[in-house]
Amino acid sequence: MSTPCPAVRFVDALESAGFDFFAGVPCSLVGGVIAELERRGRYFGETREDAALGVAAGAYLGGKLPVVIMQNSGLGVSLNALGSLHAIYEMPCLLLVTWRGYEGKDAPEHLVMGEVMPGLLDLFGIPYRAPAADELPDVAVWAADTARATRRPVALVVKPGVLA
Amino acid sequence: MTVVEVLAAIAPHLREQVCVHSNGYMSRAAFGVRDHERCFYMIGSMGLASSIGLGLALARPGERVVVFDGDGNVLMNLGTLARIAAAAPRNLVHLCFDNGVHASTGAQATISHRVPLEEIARAAGYRRAGRVRDLASLAAEIPLVLSEDGPSFLLIETALESAGPPGPRITHTPEEMTRRVRRALGVER
Repeated sequence: MSTPCPAVRFVDALESAGFDFFAGVPCSLVGGVIAELERRGRYFGETREDAALGVAAGAYLGGKLPVVIMQNSGLGVSLNALGSLHAIYEMPCLLLVTWRGYEGKDAPEHLVMGEVMPGLLDLFGIPYRAPAADELPDVAVWAADTARATRRPVALVVKPGVLA
Repeated sequence: MTVVEVLAAIAPHLREQVCVHSNGYMSRAAFGVRDHERCFYMIGSMGLASSIGLGLALARPGERVVVFDGDGNVLMNLGTLARIAAAAPRNLVHLCFDNGVHASTGAQATISHRVPLEEIARAAGYRRAGRVRDLASLAAEIPLVLSEDGPSFLLIETALESAGPPGPRITHTPEEMTRRVRRALGVER
């Protein structure tokens, strides 16, 4: 179970940094974040991660600075949208991606993506941070500044225990 | 009806609507018939034109958003019909040009001749859902879907045109398209 306080503070930090549209597909590691966004009426749950990226692209066209929440399994689903939509159209967003399979300690279906995810983000030229809990407010500001300056996606990778 | 004939019949009804065009021949045909600063042409990310339109409709409830989709695109992202219906944005119009094939890649058949996509949209919960087969029906439906509350889904049966693209390649760069739509909507200088 998540403890509510870090998640609430993190959502505060994201909103203060300027993020104002939240879509995604859930992961238990960010359950508290999604619950807090839903409490605020700010979460748009999607059916697939690439569809969430499409919605985020539209929201950016409409003036929002979006966040897309996903488990790293969904990063695989998202690669074509990131490459052929967000990157070339210069559409920023924050990918809030959980790190299932971290250090090889997880269920079998998470191990391959858990191992290759940092390399995958590097290959796609997506700058990322994998913060400790006390670094969350600062990385929220970094993510917003970097997304705005580069007009490209950035990622915050959420390790187990950071938010849940 | 060819895609170009349909687009030419719709064009006089378009003014300030934000138009999102799916990739491939759909975008090329639309770009050839009518370009506007509020037109967005998706050149990659097949399947996601409807999701982009949904995000726009949610972010800008005061604007009417029209998605120009195709049968191959809708089938690739079928969950979007459920998601749009559940979100129920009143300002979203979803046009699906159904020629039964992936025209841009050599006219390989889709499965839309066996699966009526407008019935899926209706069952999912779109406020309006229908199909038109000729220009007279199209002329009657377009003013309605553009003025009444959505989400609306209109399947437009189109004939497969002779081989070759129905319009020029998009001359705007992708990043230019992003900025011109944002400028037109007043969210970027």
